[in-house]
Amino acid sequence: MTETATIPAGLDRYEVVIGLEVHAQLLTRSKMFCPCPADYTSAAPNENTCPVCLGLPGVLPTINQQAVEYTVRTAVALHCDIPVFTKFDRKNYFYPDLPKGYQISQYDLPLSVNGHLEFPVVGETVRCGITRVHLEEDTGTMHHAGDVLQSATSSLIDLNRSGVPLMEIVGEPDLRTPEAAREYLVRLRQILMYIGVNDGNLEKGSFRCDANISLRPRGAQELGVKVEVKNMNSFRAVQHALESEIERQCGVLDAGGTLVQETRGWVETQGRTISQRSKEQAHDYRYFPEPDLPPLHLDAAFVERMRAALPELPEARALRFREQYGLSAYDAAVLTDTREDADTYEALVGSGLSAKLAANWQSGDVAALANEHRMPLQHSGLGVDGLASLLRLVDAGTINGPTAKELLAELYVAGGNPEALVRDRGLAQVSDTTELSALVDAAIAGNPAAAADFRAGKQQALGQMMRAVKDATGGKADMPLVNRLLRERLAEQ
Amino acid sequence: MTPRTITELAAALRDGSTTPQALLADAQARVEQTDKDLNAYLSVTRELAEHQADAAARTLEEHPETASPLCGIPMALKDVLCVDGIETTAGSKILSGFKPPYTGTAVQRLFDAGAVCVGKTNCDEFAMGSSTENSAYGPVGNPWDIERVPGGSSGGSAATVAAGSVPYSLGTDTGGSIRQPAALCGVVGFKPTYGRVSRYGLIAFASSLDQIGPFARTVEDAALVFGAIAGHDPCDSTSEPRGVEDPLASLRAGVAGMRLGIPREYLGEGTEPGVRASVEAAFRVLEAQGATLQEVSLPSTDVALSVYYVIAPAECSSNLARYDGVRFGSRVERASLTDMYLQTRGAGFGNEVKRRIMLGTYALSSGYYDAYYRQAQKVRTLVSQEFEAVFKEVDAIVCPTSPSVAFPMGSRDDPLSMYMCDAVTLPANLAGVPGISVPCGFVDGLPVGLQVIAPRFEDARVLRVAHAYEQATDFHTVPSPYASRAA
Repeated sequence: MTETATIPAGLDRYEVVIGLEVHAQLLTRSKMFCPCPADYTSAAPNENTCPVCLGLPGVLPTINQQAVEYTVRTAVALHCDIPVFTKFDRKNYFYPDLPKGYQISQYDLPLSVNGHLEFPVVGETVRCGITRVHLEEDTGTMHHAGDVLQSATSSLIDLNRSGVPLMEIVGEPDLRTPEAAREYLVRLRQILMYIGVNDGNLEKGSFRCDANISLRPRGAQELGVKVEVKNMNSFRAVQHALESEIERQCGVLDAGGTLVQETRGWVETQGRTISQRSKEQAHDYRYFPEPDLPPLHLDAAFVERMRAALPELPEARALRFREQYGLSAYDAAVLTDTREDADTYEALVGSGLSAKLAANWQSGDVAALANEHRMPLQHSGLGVDGLASLLRLVDAGTINGPTAKELLAELYVAGGNPEALVRDRGLAQVSDTTELSALVDAAIAGNPAAAADFRAGKQQALGQMMRAVKDATGGKADMPLVNRLLRERLAEQ
Repeated sequence: MTPRTITELAAALRDGSTTPQALLADAQARVEQTDKDLNAYLSVTRELAEHQADAAARTLEEHPETASPLCGIPMALKDVLCVDGIETTAGSKILSGFKPPYTGTAVQRLFDAGAVCVGKTNCDEFAMGSSTENSAYGPVGNPWDIERVPGGSSGGSAATVAAGSVPYSLGTDTGGSIRQPAALCGVVGFKPTYGRVSRYGLIAFASSLDQIGPFARTVEDAALVFGAIAGHDPCDSTSEPRGVEDPLASLRAGVAGMRLGIPREYLGEGTEPGVRASVEAAFRVLEAQGATLQEVSLPSTDVALSVYYVIAPAECSSNLARYDGVRFGSRVERASLTDMYLQTRGAGFGNEVKRRIMLGTYALSSGYYDAYYRQAQKVRTLVSQEFEAVFKEVDAIVCPTSPSVAFPMGSRDDPLSMYMCDAVTLPANLAGVPGISVPCGFVDGLPVGLQVIAPRFEDARVLRVAHAYEQATDFHTVPSPYASRAA
């Protein structure tokens, strides 16, 4: 997981200050201010639009209740305060993907304020303040005939995304390393996915991040000149962009120069940030209260309902897994990585499997198959119930490990009933002592040299005789039992 | 013949003496006859109207008892109201050729009631003006004197009713745009409580002030139309959820025992003597009807104009950002995006619209917001509170609608003197209270309007006071020269 971080020179002299702004699209059925479907990727361009999200003359917005609920759910998960009174504002600027010429957002009275997120970074707990979580609408998307709008000969606009509910999570400048920034994002994304409000797709931009970064001499109180970095669409990109920006800022400061407040874009292919616009070129958004929407009053009972409906969050769940199922910290973390993983694990254990066996199989072979087929267990042919059936056969000693592995790989894709397959194909493990004893005798008799070597103290020689028994049963022998019987027999003779 | 009212026409439709098609043909003929002079219409919706007249005829034949009184009655819509597939320009070049793909709520309610839409009426561009001289499609003539303005911004809607072409029309009122032209054209014009009529489908000028309302020849007709368009709309979050009191139920209850307030600030030096005399005569009529009149004070009236000209332009600067040439309306093709924006908006908007966009942009700018927009909102609250205080003393306010009668076209070429036209109407918009203008006399053959204002959601009370006054006088029965000529 962890990249080898190139620690820029100069960090002994400067302290890095990073604050992140995350935009997360909400998984609501409809858009923020109209009934159009919020799913903008699977429709033909401009198919999921109506007069409201097209910004036609005369239309008015209406607030999506589900989006408000999701934002409040996020806010309570991030320990935010939820004011009773909140309102929407207009953020005015011209751009072709913004049909109304303003974005409905929240300015001075957001849905929530003053939260925090705690997470470990190289063994230490970092606490990052959350300034605010507010609700706004997404813009459309543009496809330029050319690299950028300014030099394009033409541009196509798709307004399917226009009006999709967007939650902005503004973090305090509490982060001190690119690694911490990355971990903050990983953890935040995990929580949003856990509580079912966001699908966490950085590549497609349903989870987006901008970073504010500045350097100041160690020990200094006041913040240095802030640079906003954009265009980062992976965790790796965030870390690399911040590392590159630290290096650049260090260089300027060390050379006795001064930094300018500006917005810079990360260019992945060049591995550096380039200036996009200076402070002087910054927009004056002319925020003012949205006159088409009355203020929202969120009563305490509503907020409490949202809090009560919150699922167990990953950190708490991992802790419980360690205590309840006796798992290691590592296993607990792996098995609670996603809410689906954790649910699967608890379903397996709930079906009567031993906690250790379920953990080993789920985090081992099952995870490998999920990765290989790019398909989580829940959507595989086998499914959670199928896996439980299969593992019960292992747990009961009906089939041996290698047989189970083979069956798992087959059923993961094709699906089927493990019990029926084991019965029909006669895959049940041979664990009859009488039957195996005869095969053990035959194996010793058939491999006299190996038997002699083993008796002379050569432990590896046992392998040849084990294989002979295994082959004689068509791979179905209970191998731990075979091992024991062979050792007993060889000691006797 | 005196042009007939909705009530009379509805009866005629039911006793078989006329048909929706005949009424439509009559209205179309009157429009044809008068509009070369008046320029009240931006488009005549012949196909839509004929279709609606046929449908109304069927409804009246099949369900005469349950059919709305508006069924089969011709009407006209201010061109800021969207109708599916019908060109809607808001009086602006920038929306030339724009056909909305949907119909607004208030209009749809009238259509559902069986209304027959004769056409879209001329208005000041994006409803910004008090004379309809700011229309990109030429000014509208006042049917009482073609050389004079009909008022604005809903000048076309007022003029067509005054010319006797249709018994009613819809306008919009942001600072007086229904009441002032009603006064100047000698018809009834009603601005309901903010939030009482859905704004969905109304091309926004200033969202927190805009309200749709009717022009009619009588208060009863205005009440009928208001009853049909009022009520909560899920598409407009600022529309009021509580039910609408039937405006006809209390219409004839009279003013006996009512306390009526005359704001001393509304009869200031700017009021023309003739207007003052007509309005004071109207006060005496109301007194004779049993009302008690008393002087009241709305001290912030003088600053209300300034407040209005910060808030309305601020909202307009944002509301009009969507006219960028990208998706609809006119576009001036240029190589770069910025040039396309500048040229499209430069060519598409008229001077008054540009002036207000600039004013509003400035008022919202970083560093000026507190001094202008925030301060204006504070004073707006004060204006509302003053109305509330006055309404503890009196049941309604009576005053002039406009300080002057219709003025000659081109006579008010500086914006400030034009802005003064709305000094006594715009406070009602700032406070969100309902107001009506009802004919109350003539000065040199030009109509004067009496304004009645009541507390929020007391729309029925406004109509009741206006009706009592109207029934005691006959100014509303005098046809304009155009109405008599066309008949």
